[in-house]
Amino acid sequence: MPAVTLIEAVNMALAHEMEQDKDVVALGEDVGVNGGVFRATDGLQERFGADRVIDTPLAESMIAGVSIGMASQGMKPVAEIQFMGFIFPAADQIICHMARMRHRTRGRLTLPMVMRAPFGGGIHAPEHHSESTEALFAHIPGLKVVIPSNPSRAYGLMLAAIRDPDPVIFLEPKRVYRIVKHEVEDNGEEYPLGCSFVDREGTDITLISWGAMLHETNQAADQLAKEGISAEVIDVATVSPLDIDTILESVAKTGRALIVQEAPKAGSLGSEIAAEIAEKGVFNLLAPIGRVSGYDTVMPYYRLEKQYMPTVDRVLEEARRIMEYK
Amino acid sequence: MTTVATFDINFTQFIDENGKPVTDDLPAIAKDVDLLKSLYHDMVQIRQLDTKAYALQRTGKMGTYPAATGQEAVGVGYGSSLTKDDVLVPYYRGQAAMIQHGVTMEEVLLYWGGDERGSDYQNAKEDFPIAVPIATQCLHAAGVAKAMKLRGEKRAVATEIGEGGTSEGDFYEAVNVAGIWNLGVVFIINNNQWAISVPSEIQTACETYAQKAIAAGVEGIQVDGNDIVAVKAAMDKAMDKARNGGGPTVIECVTLRLCDHTTADDARRYRPEGELDDGWTKEPIIRLRKYLESLGAWSEEDEAALQEKVAANVQQAVDNYLNTPADKPEAMFDYLYAELPERTLAQREEAIRRGAKK
Repeated sequence: MPAVTLIEAVNMALAHEMEQDKDVVALGEDVGVNGGVFRATDGLQERFGADRVIDTPLAESMIAGVSIGMASQGMKPVAEIQFMGFIFPAADQIICHMARMRHRTRGRLTLPMVMRAPFGGGIHAPEHHSESTEALFAHIPGLKVVIPSNPSRAYGLMLAAIRDPDPVIFLEPKRVYRIVKHEVEDNGEEYPLGCSFVDREGTDITLISWGAMLHETNQAADQLAKEGISAEVIDVATVSPLDIDTILESVAKTGRALIVQEAPKAGSLGSEIAAEIAEKGVFNLLAPIGRVSGYDTVMPYYRLEKQYMPTVDRVLEEARRIMEYK
Repeated sequence: MTTVATFDINFTQFIDENGKPVTDDLPAIAKDVDLLKSLYHDMVQIRQLDTKAYALQRTGKMGTYPAATGQEAVGVGYGSSLTKDDVLVPYYRGQAAMIQHGVTMEEVLLYWGGDERGSDYQNAKEDFPIAVPIATQCLHAAGVAKAMKLRGEKRAVATEIGEGGTSEGDFYEAVNVAGIWNLGVVFIINNNQWAISVPSEIQTACETYAQKAIAAGVEGIQVDGNDIVAVKAAMDKAMDKARNGGGPTVIECVTLRLCDHTTADDARRYRPEGELDDGWTKEPIIRLRKYLESLGAWSEEDEAALQEKVAANVQQAVDNYLNTPADKPEAMFDYLYAELPERTLAQREEAIRRGAKK
């Protein structure tokens, strides 16, 4: 079994599905000869040809709109938006068409497509390359928004996203593209969409996170364990539609909930999770719900990036504060 | 200094505003009386449908509706060039072409009557629903054509856009990618002179909209959009080219919107005096009728019989539309995804429960 990084796992899943299903095509800026600026599609054009790994002209709305057209014909395009900060020219296509096609044609036309985009901060990137705007798309009915946190999940969730009959926005936390390796067998086994995963079982506090922040969250859980605090860690994975039941079950057990996210706090996915816990699980709570998040600021340019990003210390401080409620 | 690129845009008209051929070199369709009568029927019918839809809106039985009065030769003309296997990706004022390709009048009315079931075309299964955001449809058309090309299919795609819509990025992006990938798609620019209240001199510095194709390396031509023979001849050729690997074409059809933008608009606020009077002398339906008469193929009796028949067809569609009850509240949920997420099930139940009380 090969040990692969998250980005290699994405590549492996793409290759696996392209091998299995001739309707799967990859397209985007620089995905062909260059194999993608992060190498997500490395080697795929050589293997599957330029008809199936398509270098597009530089136009994001076009990438989305053309993918919609192809998907309406039953093809399964996996489109890359080079950075999530460049997805906004495609927002009209994504929100007004991709999310709604099944609904507005009463199921006559469906769009089995994936739009991939690297997102999040922490790699000293130029402006507009580091934001965490997953909540914008999680707010749109008709879309699925999926964020893998590690190589195994990236492989299994990408397979599921490609096979899903509906459009999926697949956001890849680029800060952890190469931070860890997992042994991932290329066996075509998917992780289900719409499911959150209990990464680590615990009894005192539930730490809820997704994407790159899972790494800080897990480190915090290690430290808390040394302090005698048993933390359960949930990888949300599919941020829309949210699997709130897994979160509620955990909170019912621990009585404490702390949400850790990189995005700004206000109007975020963390807000939604907190509201769901408050609506449906408030009587199980021993302490107020906590949120550690990015600040409600513009994502700073990289010299202040570390000041913005939630750290293990911030997670620990908040967890300890919540633990003070008995 | 050397010239590295030049371009020409050609304008084609076969039948003038008086119904007279402008050349002896007419295309075969100009002599196909049965075809012309059929196109005439369809133009008369779409005008009656638009008129009826307007009346429905004015009496509170229909939402906002975009008539295409004066532009019937564009939609009927290019729509008639599609075969069943081709795919139509229409724009919001595209009812004439949609009906040519199998969408029913009842579906058109149902859609503008606020019901998504109007986009569940029973006889045009691959066609797109109309795109309300302007120009987005051009990219869908390119994508459909790309799928056809990858699969080696000999069929083609047609899409339509208003001249105002060609100012949008999606139009340029679509024509650009269609050129690069040599896609089998035809872009019809319905130049009806008005983008709601904005005329062409505020929309573009180009002499023609067709020349926007040139910058993408795509053939661009201009036809008299009130001459259905010119529209159809150009479209037949472009679709044939598209189906056979010849790549995309942009066809600008020059016409005039003889109605308001939609039922929510009042064109008297911006339309110059005299434009309508002049426009009605050049409109496409009378023109074709005069031409048919000149061929000895149309009489007063034919006209009366046609008007009566078409009125009955339109009324039948209107009756069917008016007799269709609103969809069930759960329809809001049932086509969101292949499978409704568990967390939304309770909302669905609530909508059903509350809907039952109404």
